[in-house]
Amino acid sequence: MERKLICIGCPLGCELTAQVEGGEVREVTGNTCPNGERYARKELTNPTRILTTTVRVRGGTLPVVSVKTAGDIPKGKLLACAAALKDVEIPAPMAPGQVVVPDILGTGVDLVATKSVERA
Amino acid sequence: MEACDLVIIGGGPAGLAAAVAARQAGVENILVLERDSRLGGILNQCIHSGFGLHTFQQELTGPEYAARFVSQVKGLGIACLCDAMVLDLAADRTLTVIHPERGIFTLHPKAVILAMGCRERPRGALNIPGFRPAGIYTAGTAQHLVNIEGKLPGRECVILGSGDIGLIMARRMTLEGAKVKVVAELMPYSGGLKRNIVQCLEDFDIPLKLSHTVVNIHGKERLTGVTIARVEQGLPVPGTEEYYACDTLLLSCGLIPENELSRGAGVELSLVTNGPVVNDRLETSVPGVFAAGNVLHVHDLVDYVSQEAAAAGENAARYILEAQTQTGPEIPVTCGPGIRYTVPQKIRLESRDEDVTLRLRVDGVYRNRRLTVLAGDAPVSSKKRRALAPGEMETIRLSRKPLPVGIRELRVLLEEG
Ligand SMILES: Cc1cc2nc3c(=O)[nH]c(=O)nc-3n(C[C@H](O)[C@H](O)[C@H](O)COP(=O)(O)OP(=O)(O)OC[C@H]3O[C@@H](n4cnc5c(N)ncnc54)[C@H](O)[C@@H]3O)c2cc1C
Ligand code: SF4
Repeated sequence: MERKLICIGCPLGCELTAQVEGGEVREVTGNTCPNGERYARKELTNPTRILTTTVRVRGGTLPVVSVKTAGDIPKGKLLACAAALKDVEIPAPMAPGQVVVPDILGTGVDLVATKSVERA
Repeated sequence: MEACDLVIIGGGPAGLAAAVAARQAGVENILVLERDSRLGGILNQCIHSGFGLHTFQQELTGPEYAARFVSQVKGLGIACLCDAMVLDLAADRTLTVIHPERGIFTLHPKAVILAMGCRERPRGALNIPGFRPAGIYTAGTAQHLVNIEGKLPGRECVILGSGDIGLIMARRMTLEGAKVKVVAELMPYSGGLKRNIVQCLEDFDIPLKLSHTVVNIHGKERLTGVTIARVEQGLPVPGTEEYYACDTLLLSCGLIPENELSRGAGVELSLVTNGPVVNDRLETSVPGVFAAGNVLHVHDLVDYVSQEAAAAGENAARYILEAQTQTGPEIPVTCGPGIRYTVPQKIRLESRDEDVTLRLRVDGVYRNRRLTVLAGDAPVSSKKRRALAPGEMETIRLSRKPLPVGIRELRVLLEEG
């Protein structure tokens, strides 16, 4: 079976074509760099994304701090992870890289701050 | 009046990169003026990742990318004044600035770099009929509300315009628990990056309707819904109207360089880019006033903003240190059919060994073309491109040496092949 997809590895957005047989990716074409092939293999077997969102801050110069997952998480868990953060509130100060939620929803990936928020 | 060599207006990625480059090129007395209370510009609200792939070979979020430049600026001891808004720039480079503690003061630097970024096209310019109920925001305002102020503008949302900010906000609103019903795009193609269509719409099954627009807005006090219709040859097609109930409409209809100050100083502006007309030194029509970043032309990639701004910083340094105040003869860079604009729009003929970087945009979607630069009749560069789209800026680097003498213009062509 032939599957067409767009690489999200970088803004070039190469149009990839993958030959898939029995759930296995045989060949990838259309990629400009090796990341494209890696992306196609992963996207067709175990798609993952980085989650970026915000978390409430108590007593800070800003009401929310921007956060990201320190690595890829399964694409299917994006919404669940974002929903799980609704009631989370962390105290200021916050520094970039600081862990906000360890091992979010059992993904094995930490949620970390991406900006600094000083104490108000 | 304070003595100062270089003033940079705007502390976003352009202003910061320009400051770093100017200092590294030897300018001692630099001041960055930023009207916000933080440095970093628009990046502070762009919390998604996708910044810095070219510069740092890493995918950073907007705030992380900004932080790298802020720490470089701090490390070099460059003076930055936040909460300082430039009110006026005169043709002789006198700046009038207002600051909560310092009041109104003036500066007269040897050179100025414009790095004020851009703002969103206001809704008034879009001519949608219907009332003007609450619940209509530009996508960037919504981004500020959600990502900086921690407030969700609404629960059920329609987005008009598929530029990157609209796409990013479709995902952002969805992650915050809102329902994004549709993204409507007037043009037959999206103005945003393909990767954003995948990651922001397809990942969440948000439909994208190309060649569609909002033809009616419903609700008096608060928005209750919008009507969307298909568009052909610029006109809505009767019978294709569809009603979407929603409490929020986000408009992502493009950005305009913020050039009120430039206009005041008499800087010549381009009708195509809405930014200053510059030469290959990124110098505007007012001597000693340079421009870079979104104030010059709208960029989709911050890496290019940083590169362009670093060049402006170096050029401003040369202007200050070598007292190169005479520009010398310049030739225009003209565009063939299919090319909307180039920056710079002019090239100095002065013999120098610097390379010239041309950035440009095309006016439609093209496949398998060549971008050719002619100097007189002679091609000086010709590069194949598999795909070109208006949403993606192209860069051509010309090495200065082979430019023939006596040419009157450089012409950029989009050719078959
Ligand atoms: C919503 C959005 C999403 C984006 N997503 C991506 C992405 O995923 N990847 C990517 O690479 N790029 C992205 N970009 C593009 C990139 O972030 C911008 O091109 C870049 O930030 C522009 O930098 P700048 O310094 O020119 O402008 P800005 O960041 O806008 O900075 C201009 C600064 O000047 C200040 N200023 C303006 N007027 C005055 C005045 N009179 N006095 C004092 N200060 C003043 C402003 O307060 C502001 O801080 C995105 C842009 C936007 C808007
Ligand atoms: S294949 Fe490589 S160059 Fe093409 S989009 Fe993916 S990462 Fe970018």
